[in-house]
Amino acid sequence: MPEEMKVGCARPTGGVVGESTEDEPQSTILPEKEVSAMIQVGKKAPDFVAPAYLNGKFVSVKLSEYLGKWVLLCFYPGDFTFV
Amino acid sequence: MSIDSIFVHKMWNDNELSKMVPGGVPYPMLSDAGGRVGKVFGVFDEDAGVETRGRFIIDPEGVVQGFEVLTPPVGRNIQETFRQVQAFQLVRNSKGQEATPSGWKPGKITLKPGPDLVGKVWEVWKADMAFD
Repeated sequence: MPEEMKVGCARPTGGVVGESTEDEPQSTILPEKEVSAMIQVGKKAPDFVAPAYLNGKFVSVKLSEYLGKWVLLCFYPGDFTFV
Repeated sequence: MSIDSIFVHKMWNDNELSKMVPGGVPYPMLSDAGGRVGKVFGVFDEDAGVETRGRFIIDPEGVVQGFEVLTPPVGRNIQETFRQVQAFQLVRNSKGQEATPSGWKPGKITLKPGPDLVGKVWEVWKADMAFD
């Protein structure tokens, strides 16, 4: 079960697990080294952690906590939109 | 998962979704500010600043078995998603002995790939079996 998070005024954020969230670009020149590896079937999904809302509580969700279960991860453009 | 904050998720669930679905959304509504996770999954639209309608089926080992990505105006077909999950579960439970042919639905025949079936698929499966 995702664990509950204490949420104050700061907005909790998530991100890819293993990636440093402290990274600020040191220089103004951003090199084109963005390795955006395309997701491939048959390969492991990248692990990530993200804040979430579940049944009245704010929780922290980590994808790898769901190992052993089937997961449907659905992205969508936005709340309060129509489709 | 969308770029909306958990606060917006709460408002949307509590004020609208729970009116569509009794009890509201029973699974985590994830927040992906800046599309960090969406980028890694290849579904974050940088120009629009939102996630496109991507859906990933991940098995109990954490392996992506299938995914579908649509542009915003067209919604998903949940029945098809369930069908795919059931197919992947069947294949997994059969330890790779069985495969599901085109248009398979629970109750329809599966195929048992192997040397014996080479050139003989037509004997056990007809094209109209792909349709309802």
